[in-house]
Amino acid sequence: MRLEAKNIGFRYGNGPWLFQHVNLTVEPGEIVGLTGPSGRGKTTLCRILSGYEKALEGNVTIGGLPIASKGVHPVQLVFQHPEKAVNPRWKMGKVLNEGGRPDIELLDLLGIEQEWLTRWPGELSGGELQRFCVARALGAGTRFLIADEMTTMLDAITQAQIWHAVMEIAKKREMGIIVVSHEAKLVQRLCDRVITLTDPN
Amino acid sequence: MIQNLHVRKKEENRFSLNRRQRKLITSIVAAILLLGIVVVGALLDEDRIATNLIARNLAPSFDHLFGTDWLGRDMFARTIMGLSLSVKVGLIGAIGSTSIALILGMAAATMGKVADRIISWLIDLFLSVPHLVTLILIAFTLGGGFKGIVMGLVLTHWPSLARVIRAEVMQIRSAEYVQISKQLGKSRGWIAVHHILPHLTPQILIGFMLMFPHVILHESAVTFIGLGLSPHEPAIGIILSESMKYLSAGMWWLAFFPGLCLLMIVQTFDRIGENLRLLLDPTKSND
Repeated sequence: MRLEAKNIGFRYGNGPWLFQHVNLTVEPGEIVGLTGPSGRGKTTLCRILSGYEKALEGNVTIGGLPIASKGVHPVQLVFQHPEKAVNPRWKMGKVLNEGGRPDIELLDLLGIEQEWLTRWPGELSGGELQRFCVARALGAGTRFLIADEMTTMLDAITQAQIWHAVMEIAKKREMGIIVVSHEAKLVQRLCDRVITLTDPN
Repeated sequence: MIQNLHVRKKEENRFSLNRRQRKLITSIVAAILLLGIVVVGALLDEDRIATNLIARNLAPSFDHLFGTDWLGRDMFARTIMGLSLSVKVGLIGAIGSTSIALILGMAAATMGKVADRIISWLIDLFLSVPHLVTLILIAFTLGGGFKGIVMGLVLTHWPSLARVIRAEVMQIRSAEYVQISKQLGKSRGWIAVHHILPHLTPQILIGFMLMFPHVILHESAVTFIGLGLSPHEPAIGIILSESMKYLSAGMWWLAFFPGLCLLMIVQTFDRIGENLRLLLDPTKSND
């Protein structure tokens, strides 16, 4: 069940091609880093891989099959800003269970406390919210996780805790992970291999 | 050190209720008051407002709390019955209109370009003609009376609220948490109900609160020109328009008390709506 992107090309409107002929393969259980300067299309590539955007050229497959547009997407994306990724009118318990009920072990690993589940999003900090977003993305149907600057705005201790939890889960479930980050040290530490997006010209 | 700083202690509160509990209780009391008026008005029989030519034009007293009119009818009973009728018309009109606005606003924003074009055109069409004209047209076509006037009110008061809701839904449906929800396999309908609807409550509540007095006043306006309720039914609009003729003769109580009661009813509604909005707002959940 490898995630394969073949000959991906994308541009916004009639603008210049953001990237073309991009090939990417992620094996299950493999941790891949994705870096590159700002504006080269890292986030766009992530959005294409996780089904938020459709590629104009090429296709994305899992285990050789195209991904169904309905149902739980096997590639889940965690965004940079948890405040925007959570409905401000939902209690955290509902947010957490949107992608299926996560087990207690996962919550403990991520350091989510039961008491938080009855709170509103406005009553939690960014780091606490991001743990919920990660837990929500790690539902039972998730085969690959894309972390798009997932821990960029968190302090070092929270970063370490979240990544530790994610790595543990990934190892246990044979889940592939794509880490997008500007932080070279983090990418080096986590990833088996690193891909750098360069200028298409 | 601030000298006169007064820190309120818990014991000083006569009832140790927090703000949310107080809001909830106020809302319940206000709702009971409104319901009470509707029920009492419906239970009062016609005898209470029978003509009594001996007791004409009496000023307010303990026998006749709100005085009597030029036909000797007790204004208190008339006012309560009028309020009951007006609240009923206002409620049906405002609830119906709000529902239409909600459905059309949501449909315009979620069902694609063609639906949006059609609904926006419909909104523009209704907004380009003054309310009252369409209202008269519909009420007249349906033959007037309670049914005609209520249908007219329901079908004419939705456009501006529908436009607000459409804009709001368009903004929410592009939010990140909605896109994530889609990727988590949720259907369009599920997202509409669980993600979008909770965000519309303030718009709906405020739209409803503003619409309620509007509807009552339009009802009385149409009744005034003879296309609405029949003149012997004691709607507040009829009472007010009749009383205007007698104001210059010094009979202030004919318009004063019914007008005051209408104001109080509208205020009560306003209070309920505002309290509900605050109770449902997550950012105010700790007040």
